[in-house]
Amino acid sequence: MFLARRLLNYVVLIFLASSFAYLLAATTLDPRSNYEQLDPRPSQESIEARLDELNLNDSTPLAERYVTWVGGVATGDFGLTIQGRSVNEEIARKAGVTLRLIVVGTVIGCTVGVAIGAYAAVRQYRSFDRVSTGAAFLVLAIPTVVIAVSLQVSAVAINQAAGVQIFQYGGEYTAGLDAGFWGTLGDRLQHMVLPTLTLAIAQFAAFSRYQRNMMLDVLGADFVRTAMAKGLTRRAALLKHALRTALIPTVTYFTFTFGILLAGTTFTEKIYGWNGMGAWVVDSIFTNDVHAVAAVSCFMAVCVMAASFLSDLLYAWLDPRVRVS
Amino acid sequence: MTSTETQPAGPDAGSAPDAPVLEVTDLHVTFPAAGQGRDVHAVRGVSYQLRRGEILGIVGESGSGKSVSSLAAMGLLPEYAEVTGSVRLHGRELLGLDDRQLAKVRGRTISMVFQDPLSALTPVYTVGDQLAEAVRVHNPDLPKAQAAARAVELLRLVGIPNAEQRYRAFPHEFSGGMRQRVMIAMAMANDPDVIICDEPTTALDVTIQAQILEVLKTAQRETGAAIVMITHDLGVVAGFVDRVLVMYAGRPVELGTVDDVYYRTRMPYTMGLLGSVPRLDFQDKAPLVPIKGTPPSLSDLPPGCPFAPRCPLVREECTTGEPPLVRVGAETHQAACVRAAEIEANEWTAADIYPVPEIPEDAAAGTPREDREVVLEVDDLIKHHPLMKGAVFKRRVGTVYAVDGISFDIRERETLGLVGESGCGKSTTLMEILSLNAPQRGRVVVLGRESGRLGWRDRFAVRREVQVVFQDPMSSLDPRMPVFDIIAEPLRTHGHPREALRSRVHELLRLVGLEPAHATRYPAEFSGGQRQRIGIARALALEPRLLVLDEPVSALDVSIQAGVINLLDELKARLGLSYLFVAHDLSVIRHLADRVAVMYLGRIVEIGDVDAIYGAPAHPYTQALLSAIPIPDPEKERSRTHIVLEGDLPNPANPPSGCRFRTRCQKFRQLGDDERQRCLDEEPAVIPLAGAADHGAACHYAEERELL
Ligand SMILES: Nc1ncnc2c1ncn2[C@@H]1O[C@H](COP(=O)(O)OP(=O)(O)O)[C@@H](O)[C@H]1O
Ligand code: SF4
Ligand code: SF4
Ligand SMILES: [Mg+2]
Repeated sequence: MFLARRLLNYVVLIFLASSFAYLLAATTLDPRSNYEQLDPRPSQESIEARLDELNLNDSTPLAERYVTWVGGVATGDFGLTIQGRSVNEEIARKAGVTLRLIVVGTVIGCTVGVAIGAYAAVRQYRSFDRVSTGAAFLVLAIPTVVIAVSLQVSAVAINQAAGVQIFQYGGEYTAGLDAGFWGTLGDRLQHMVLPTLTLAIAQFAAFSRYQRNMMLDVLGADFVRTAMAKGLTRRAALLKHALRTALIPTVTYFTFTFGILLAGTTFTEKIYGWNGMGAWVVDSIFTNDVHAVAAVSCFMAVCVMAASFLSDLLYAWLDPRVRVS
Repeated sequence: MTSTETQPAGPDAGSAPDAPVLEVTDLHVTFPAAGQGRDVHAVRGVSYQLRRGEILGIVGESGSGKSVSSLAAMGLLPEYAEVTGSVRLHGRELLGLDDRQLAKVRGRTISMVFQDPLSALTPVYTVGDQLAEAVRVHNPDLPKAQAAARAVELLRLVGIPNAEQRYRAFPHEFSGGMRQRVMIAMAMANDPDVIICDEPTTALDVTIQAQILEVLKTAQRETGAAIVMITHDLGVVAGFVDRVLVMYAGRPVELGTVDDVYYRTRMPYTMGLLGSVPRLDFQDKAPLVPIKGTPPSLSDLPPGCPFAPRCPLVREECTTGEPPLVRVGAETHQAACVRAAEIEANEWTAADIYPVPEIPEDAAAGTPREDREVVLEVDDLIKHHPLMKGAVFKRRVGTVYAVDGISFDIRERETLGLVGESGCGKSTTLMEILSLNAPQRGRVVVLGRESGRLGWRDRFAVRREVQVVFQDPMSSLDPRMPVFDIIAEPLRTHGHPREALRSRVHELLRLVGLEPAHATRYPAEFSGGQRQRIGIARALALEPRLLVLDEPVSALDVSIQAGVINLLDELKARLGLSYLFVAHDLSVIRHLADRVAVMYLGRIVEIGDVDAIYGAPAHPYTQALLSAIPIPDPEKERSRTHIVLEGDLPNPANPPSGCRFRTRCQKFRQLGDDERQRCLDEEPAVIPLAGAADHGAACHYAEERELL
């Protein structure tokens, strides 16, 4: 019951976010200019006909276009791209790329961040703490774009030094490669390392800082002392009692940072030439592709809601008190 | 560093039958300075031996190193603490063991109960699981189900009702007393040989304290463990322990059997400590023994006896070297004082060596109370708080009956003590009186003017006459204001002549026993007792007639508390004040108050003359309350039987029908069914007792009973 209401809320929010994105895109983007600037310029009638076909004609009232679009979305059809291809097919192709990046990047970034942050708290003011704090602040001060580019530059340097292509930094895979299942997998992994690392590093920085502070709060807590007094080693007491308790606020923090992560994904895809949702939305804005923009917004909203739902579940699992009360 | 006389432990001490279980020798703990501060020498040479099944009390004021010395023995201090000396458990040296080896000992051979039960349990695990964990850490092969069964058994042993269901409860669903029971269960889980209890009852109400002390006795019976009982409460020690170790500034200053230490005290600090405690069992109100000054800073100790700056017997030779703990009198009695022999020879007591202030006789003592003016009248006062639920859309789910129809009055030059356990409505009552607004029901009349019917001019005038002193001196004083401005503030607000301001502030400072020269300092530069004096000076600035005091001394150590109590006593007599004194400490009330009102769940259950009520309380709750308080007199304490109330305070949002106390009433349980029915149906009102001048109780079966 509780979950059902949550889900309903999410659906409403996703709908609102996508509608807003559609309306914004439909009013600010100008698909007509795409055709008018063609050389040779198509006839006026064919432009109108084409725009009508795509449901992008600005002489049709916005409300009418919106209703048509919503009608499509309700049946699971996000309309056509400006090139006349099905948005759904594009999504099917690109969503996986982006999801792979987000999921792997987040999992690695959060896990490493939490582990390093928690350990730094235990070693407060020792060298480990100082180094990790310094690194985290450095990363936080640098925009994702710069991180991505610097990683690329270092990868080039390493590749040259090693004389082999250890890292790949363009696209998701080598086009036309025929190396069997394992070869393809290896090739994909090679391509994945750098973009994923870019995202993971940013996540690590935010999470290690946050987790360090949360951990410091509970390190001196009486219940940690109790755990040791009953016979747990310091290490066990810290893991089972302190970290476990200190993870709870971090789960909430995850929801907040997820939006920033999505923005980072966009840059990363663009820089590494991945054909994911992030890169697509940037391209679509340049090509005045209203439906693509709306579709990507919807996708992002779904991601955010999924993340928030996940953290709710995690929260309830970590903190049994919410289940009881 | 210093020599302490303890029986030398032979090399085979570990195996002898009466060998000490725990042997601490010359323990030192230093916290190295962070930055440019100085090292804190928290423990400086503690030695004691604990025999099988023995209970050793460690007493001393806060900061004397009681906790640190026991945490050091358990290996629970932070890593940066420097610990030297020796801690032997069954002859095995514990200091220097690594964490893994120590963990094997902790909780199995030596375990600990901490002060604050509210934060001592991990919030995200059930109490049962935490208890089972304690069992399983030391018996990894034990199946989970058996560990859980053992946990349930332990919960039952420490008196948790419905142990099987409560196993699955989380700590926040337990009251403080219940959590402390769980802590004790945890400490006894593996049949340890030593249990260290660090102020296990300090955070609890007296009736709960009595329960917990009972549980500790059970724990000792079950496990046969020796107990180290750390406390600042000299009453708790008196009846509970075999021997006492008194600590001051990180060192033991007196050690001996309870009787030796209490009746044949040989160290001036211990004497002062015992003399400074207000006594529940004393009718005459001799001034308390205040110890001047404050304990020394542990990072900057004077040479010689650390007590020298405060000691009335101090001499030249005291400051040359720190006196060692040496035998005085009985073989087992030791004291660290160069004049111990002299004290013994002359049989000096605290009253002989400490200058006690003269407290003037109250001019009004002769006038009967009926003939004195009524300063405050409270009639059928009610304060109900709505109980809200929900984050955004709050809805009312019930009512907290915080104060539910109470009546009393205070006459001129009279002190009324309002007592009761936490949550019984004492503070709410004060706030209602101080607000000067119309109460939800009933009447509050301050100096003849009824609250809620005052124009602003009257309010202003009444505010002048009624002043308040709060519990926590620090939070009630603005830390950015110098003391002069703090005290001058009410004077300025009420238009005191400017030119007379300085002299008035200085006069007030002298009145409360502070130096006028201190007026330029800030609150942070004063000790707790001095800050409370500043608070009192500010309250007195406008020459009020009624002073409302909310737990004014409960945050202070006894030796400091004594000075403030004496001051309040003196001010009352000199300035002709009336006090409404709220406290949970019944001994303080007996010492200070003329009349007392005992509250339970928003109602007054007994009210009247202090001596009448303390001498022969008539309400079962008052009887239980008085009986629960330990008296710092070992012989009396041993011969007393305590009435131990069952259970916790009921939820004030859902008080029991009829008499609110019936769920815990010891008398109720002895009544027949017919008699009980009345307690169930009919809420008793305060009725004057037959034959008593000023004594009423709200119990259908009130019966005076001598307890002390
Ligand atoms: N972790 C710590 N770091 C620095 N100083 C401490 C620490 N723990 C306790 N102290 C100091 O050691 C002294 C003794 O403290 P404690 O043993 O807790 O006193 P008690 O238990 O007798 O009230 C105090 O001055 C306290 O400030
Ligand atoms: S040694 Fe001197 S200063 Fe210390 S307690 Fe004894 S008489 Fe007082
Ligand atoms: S009225 Fe009954 S239940 Fe209440 S205190 Fe008296 S005997 Fe106990
Ligand atoms: Mg302590």
